[in-house]
Amino acid sequence: MPEQASRGVWVFVEARRGALRDISIQLIGEGRRIADRMKTQLSGVMPGWKLDGLAQEAIEYGLDRVYVVEDQRLENYLSRPFAKVVVTLIKKHNPAAVLYGASKNGRDLGGRVHAMIETGLAADCVKFEVTPEGNLDMIRPAYGGKSLAHIICAKHRPQMASARMNVFKKPARLTGRKGEVVREQVQIDEKDMDTKMLQFAETSGRQSGKIEDASTLVSGGFGLKNQANFKLIRELAETVGGSIAASRKAVDSGWVPKDIQVGQTGKTVRPAVYWAIGISGAVQHLAGMQEAGKIIAVNSDPNAAIFDIADYGIVGDLFQVVPELITTLRQTKRT
Amino acid sequence: MTQPLAPKPARKLRIVVCIKQVPKAQELQVDPVTQTLKRVGVPSEINPPDVNALEVALQLKEKHGGEITVLTMGPSVFTQSLDRALAMGCDRAVLLSDRLLGGSDTVPTGMALSEAIHKIGETDIILCGEETTDSSTGHVGPGIAGHLDIPQITYCVDVQMADGRVRGKRAVEDGFEVWECPMPCLVTVNFGSNKPREPTLSGKIKVKRGGLTKTLSAADVGLPPEKLGLKGSPTVVSKVDTVMLPPRGGKIFKGETKHAVAELVKALKTDKIPGV
Repeated sequence: MPEQASRGVWVFVEARRGALRDISIQLIGEGRRIADRMKTQLSGVMPGWKLDGLAQEAIEYGLDRVYVVEDQRLENYLSRPFAKVVVTLIKKHNPAAVLYGASKNGRDLGGRVHAMIETGLAADCVKFEVTPEGNLDMIRPAYGGKSLAHIICAKHRPQMASARMNVFKKPARLTGRKGEVVREQVQIDEKDMDTKMLQFAETSGRQSGKIEDASTLVSGGFGLKNQANFKLIRELAETVGGSIAASRKAVDSGWVPKDIQVGQTGKTVRPAVYWAIGISGAVQHLAGMQEAGKIIAVNSDPNAAIFDIADYGIVGDLFQVVPELITTLRQTKRT
Repeated sequence: MTQPLAPKPARKLRIVVCIKQVPKAQELQVDPVTQTLKRVGVPSEINPPDVNALEVALQLKEKHGGEITVLTMGPSVFTQSLDRALAMGCDRAVLLSDRLLGGSDTVPTGMALSEAIHKIGETDIILCGEETTDSSTGHVGPGIAGHLDIPQITYCVDVQMADGRVRGKRAVEDGFEVWECPMPCLVTVNFGSNKPREPTLSGKIKVKRGGLTKTLSAADVGLPPEKLGLKGSPTVVSKVDTVMLPPRGGKIFKGETKHAVAELVKALKTDKIPGV
């Protein structure tokens, strides 16, 4: 695809169970900023079913145009038909850049699309800039969050990237904002529909997937020595009104479920307060929590890396410190 | 350019597991001069999610019979990881190794692995880890599925085979989805979704006897040089910044427990930390 001909910034807008996903709204906000910097238009590409209200909603968050592909078979996300829709529309309209959310589905889709059209895709970006040459500077954490890599896709179009969830702010919705809704037809055949979704089970509440939303997290590590000792973490969490989380080593040891794991192979969290108990602070762990508002660490090793990024801490034996802490906090709360 | 992988009639199950050798998680270090990941002289291991993918393959083989080929792309030192996978129970190994492949981003990597899979022959299930711990993109698995034009099920915590179809339980942000697709297909497996077995003594002896690993060059799998390596990669890393974390308060207390806790709680209250 000739570079000169490509124009416009696109965002993949995912409608999930009748609503726009938060990450899609965040992406519209960041896409708007990039399109303005590039002095071009921002369009959304939205495959799905019964999208009328959602297409207008996406416009009200900042799209100039939304390409809507409505088909009952697109009601739920599936890799193959969604990739076909996105690839078909990219080939037809030749955008300069396409952004996806770095959700599971966004990465699943972007990974397939980038191979189908042989263009660059930067994963899990936390920042975007525009270079003096007009290329998208796609910035992502590298090496366990110790560095930020700037990724450029100069010779291929579209330049594609996924944006990390909950990094970009949700834009304000301007009710009545005007934009263009373009209805597109994409032929979806039997082969595209060879995969079926048989079942969806929503995980609710505290049980799973929610440590990202907690404002206080009390996280336990390998220093707890065994599963039974995790009760100290639960007690402290109750005392300070937080949810529990864990390091990879605690999860790998089978003490707590994987869905509360913080770190590079777990979840990225940004609570107002993060208590790190018996966590030494491996790079991979820090990558998942270093953006917490305040970090409070308890560890017996004064040289533990966790103290380098802690706002507060106690060097000491957690089996003495944590019970004392619980007692003291309970007393001060009563008074 | 890659040809679609066509469906094949029923016969012995054939699985390919794609793995990568990565620096050990706790050893990740950035070279202060080149600002790239130190790889030389750093202890390495099989990318942890790939070990879970290997375990899925071995369990499928135990249930349904068949043959497992483990595939990697990289320098010859990656045979360490292939040997470990063989000792865990894989039947044969393929090392795709060529200087021309150095510096490949996810586009040539996915293409080269796809071509190597064609070379391996008829394949029913391709398994990958959800992502690697050194570059964390998760793009190569779906990329292979795209190149080969086959269905994909990503981020699986459980993979089963029934009635000639593959069923994967995907862990998504708001819950679990069960997807089912025909073969050939590509499935990516989540880190920590099973307890991978250790290599066995008989497995190690099997590896020691040798002859299980085949090395392929770029030319062997029919890849043109301009599609490979840095030249064939659409993306470049233009620069790397060292992250400057915002300075933290660093009020660290030590000494006698009662006293240290009292000091900490006092500081937390003074600074109005929520929950205290």
